[in-house]
Amino acid sequence: MKSAVITFPGSNREGDVIRALHQASGVEPLKIWHQDHELPQGTDLVVLPGGFSYGDYLRCGAIASRSPVMDAVRSHATKGGLVLGICNGFQILVESGLLPGVLMRNAGLKFICKMQHLKVCRANTPFTSAYKKNQIIKVAIAHGEGNYIADDDTIAMLEDGNRIAFRYCDAEGDTEKGNPNGSINSIAGIYSKKLNVLGMMPHPENLIEALVGGTDGRGLFASITAYKGAA
Amino acid sequence: MKARVTVTLKNGVLDPQGKAIEGALKSFGLEGIESVRQGKIFDIELISSDPAEAETLLKAAAEKLLANMVVENYRIEILG
Repeated sequence: MKSAVITFPGSNREGDVIRALHQASGVEPLKIWHQDHELPQGTDLVVLPGGFSYGDYLRCGAIASRSPVMDAVRSHATKGGLVLGICNGFQILVESGLLPGVLMRNAGLKFICKMQHLKVCRANTPFTSAYKKNQIIKVAIAHGEGNYIADDDTIAMLEDGNRIAFRYCDAEGDTEKGNPNGSINSIAGIYSKKLNVLGMMPHPENLIEALVGGTDGRGLFASITAYKGAA
Repeated sequence: MKARVTVTLKNGVLDPQGKAIEGALKSFGLEGIESVRQGKIFDIELISSDPAEAETLLKAAAEKLLANMVVENYRIEILG
């Protein structure tokens, strides 16, 4: 599987996601600079990593979403290629229009950095086949602007189209009690219509070693690898 | 020519920052504040001195980058 991890000025989780992808697939992902106009030939997966691109100036992800490389990412997505945006990467995806809605300041106004349970809403996608439907996993969140908002029609479209990837929940799976940031319907991640683009606020790439908190994040990278085939 | 683009949240969009500022103002004992909504102002200097041209340019700037049209509105003022 050939993956490309885009680096913007201010990205800081690219190393974590490169490690997670390497662990799952046995192949080292390529690092792509945001000023590049093309993706490497044969790229299967593009990752927009977490961080604080452009210092979160203007709006989180707004300036990065207008980078030269984003045209290539958009055309990759249009052709059905896989795109994964984590945290700031999710913010870049909504700012670029590849996913609907917007990520506003957390309802409690605080930057939240903690372990968080998620419910896997569906397992029949390129990103989640290694999980079970409604499985509760524990990953990390670290964001100040993760409060997912969209108008009623968009929320209905996402819900009816089965496009919610993950919801925040507590250890028992209660999505209302476990909502850390005020997101509508506790939405933590969403898919594009064709399920080839996933944006999520939580960090599965930080939960891939038992020594540092757990391995619940591995499933996501294992799923992508299974979908695209290993090395 | 100078111009100003003001970006504000659309009505009905929750503004937690505005709420926090509102709470702070009220806690100072400043009477008579009903509510606060926070926005952004961009002061922009333009090469052209043609107002129609400026309007088109600023509309593009606002819609391409300055405002997120999902949750924000913008207003253009030509300051001359």
